[in-house]
Amino acid sequence: MTTYIIRRLLLVPVLLIGVTILIFGMLQFLSPIERSALYIRDVPKNDRAVEGVIKQYGLDKPLYVQYWKWLVGVTDAKTGVRKGGILFGDFGYSRVASQPVADLIKNRFPNTLDLTIWAIAPVILIGIWLGVQAAVHQNGIIDQAARMFSIVGTSFPTFVFGLLMLMIFYANLKWFPPGRLSDIYNRVVLSPDFHHYTKLLTFDALLNGRFDIFFDAIRHMFLPILTLSYISWATFLRVTRSSMLETLRMEYITTARAKGLPEKDVIYKHAQPNAMIPAITLAGFSVIGLLGGVVITETVFTYPGIGQAAAQAAAQLDVVTVLGFALFNGFILIVSNLVVDVLYAFVDPRVRLS
Amino acid sequence: MAEMNPTGDNTLLRETTALREIGWFERFLGPENYRILTGLLKTPASIFGFILIGLFVLIAVAAPLIMPPTTPNDPYKIPRDGFSPNPQPPGTEWKRNAPPLPFWYKPIMRSDKWVHILGTSTGQYDIFYGIIWGTRTAFRTGFIVVILTFLIGTIIGAISSYYGGAVDNVIMRIVDVFLTLPFILAALILAAVITPRFGKSLFPAIIALVTFGWMTYARLIRGDILSVKQRDYVLAAQVIGVKDSRILLRHIIPNAIFPTLVYASLGIGDVVLSFAALSFLGIGTEIGYADWGQVLSFARNWITSLNTYWYIIVWPGITLVLFVMGWNLVGDALRDVLDPRMRGKS
Repeated sequence: MTTYIIRRLLLVPVLLIGVTILIFGMLQFLSPIERSALYIRDVPKNDRAVEGVIKQYGLDKPLYVQYWKWLVGVTDAKTGVRKGGILFGDFGYSRVASQPVADLIKNRFPNTLDLTIWAIAPVILIGIWLGVQAAVHQNGIIDQAARMFSIVGTSFPTFVFGLLMLMIFYANLKWFPPGRLSDIYNRVVLSPDFHHYTKLLTFDALLNGRFDIFFDAIRHMFLPILTLSYISWATFLRVTRSSMLETLRMEYITTARAKGLPEKDVIYKHAQPNAMIPAITLAGFSVIGLLGGVVITETVFTYPGIGQAAAQAAAQLDVVTVLGFALFNGFILIVSNLVVDVLYAFVDPRVRLS
Repeated sequence: MAEMNPTGDNTLLRETTALREIGWFERFLGPENYRILTGLLKTPASIFGFILIGLFVLIAVAAPLIMPPTTPNDPYKIPRDGFSPNPQPPGTEWKRNAPPLPFWYKPIMRSDKWVHILGTSTGQYDIFYGIIWGTRTAFRTGFIVVILTFLIGTIIGAISSYYGGAVDNVIMRIVDVFLTLPFILAALILAAVITPRFGKSLFPAIIALVTFGWMTYARLIRGDILSVKQRDYVLAAQVIGVKDSRILLRHIIPNAIFPTLVYASLGIGDVVLSFAALSFLGIGTEIGYADWGQVLSFARNWITSLNTYWYIIVWPGITLVLFVMGWNLVGDALRDVLDPRMRGKS
């Protein structure tokens, strides 16, 4: 297993370099002066200032020089102040939001994380259990319902589903409004009495003992959670079901039954751990899928997360901002992929023991 | 154990395994590929899928008959009945810019006055027109993207599996890098980056979908080539000294390509969905171009009053869902047929 993990760790720098080169390549579609937003807040207008900026930040240098400067930034010889440098977390300035991209991400990401946690946790906890039930009682009620749901569910585009949800539950029934919080609670959250322990609004509300704020936040998040996760529900059900069905046909299950083990032990101790392996891989993919999914979901529900900010920047062709988001996403995904693969090694006995 | 005695009389055997006629079509495709095709036509779900796809093909082909364009030079421009921002309900009379009456209109609607059959969206764009001509846009982008991704994926996958070793390793790591970013986000970014270069058109979105779409096909064809490479007839060709390039092009690729080809042709549903998503996010065609994502994105400013203006999302939404469902149903059947555990159980 150690070799497996080492080999997997060696892939990380490869992916990091690859993703940064990919994004750096996309930056080359911009003119040198447009690229200066990577380093400075205000892109100059007159020609002489433009030339000075290009020279100072080496925006006309060969590509490998530019790539290096982009990675580590440009340090002013006199003042010693570093500008830019994605390795230091400086992704340049956002034209649309008129603030550094890193700040924009820092403000928006907790909201997205909050949403993703609430979207994925129930799926993993309940979806796997439902999938196992569907397999154990094949062609039972849960099984039939799950099959119907996964066919219909996978055919609904996220934004169509989201818009329909808004039409039914907001415009018609007025149950679940879009956005982040109601105005009255917004004021409470922004006041100094409200402590931001985790930056995740729902958890902070609980930690502050403000259950009313917690429920208001959940009320706003309910439809986005549903929209973000219904595809995950469908795929989780399907994958756990089929892998559980396959496991139940294995000979060691027959052996376990022949030994006279109670059916409960056969299913939950012998079959389920093995049937879980594909589900764990899928959980990793789901995180990736969700981070892509937030772009559309957050846009439909005007939920202030990084997805909405990225879509807004893209629609207004603010490339530096969009690519900053891409980098951030890339970093997160490389790390979460690594975690999933290592976890996988611990779960799968075939990998663990080899 | 009487059956096991070789008597030279095989009537028993003939009774248990009936002889099967092999038609010219099966001979042409080969048994494995034939099994894939017939497997696709077996379940009611996949047949329903094919019917849905067929209907959309019909709409796309007959678009000028169903909905004659107001501006024949630029049929993809949705005609506007005025400029008012408020959507108009289905059945509202068409006052300005009405297209010529199609052949079916009088017998079915029993009137010769154009009305907005499915209503209008923000800016008085006719929804019915957008859906009909949007079908053509969907197929056009779908075909272009699928053909390009398939070609690129096949070439890269073939090179990777053919040369193997270091080349394979490098190419597969490049595939990993391209797969790191979520597909829709990556496509959104690339489309946003190149839009200023090419202007608002179908082009940036197509490039973006191709750039981040070829990896699945490369992986698929690579796997199939690796398995075909092991077959005896490839070994036979190598033994008698056939050139490597000829072995690859004449013996390996033709025998390995079919599953990827079928898979790719069913990818149109996904491509159209992604394209609509990009359009919905405001990346892609100029405003008023007939494509489903754009028609749906008109609804973004009317979220609070969707109870009155339900028709601006319901009709284009249903269209997109049915389209995607058609391809999904056939795709599900394909997945069952291609599942190695199902081999030989047709």
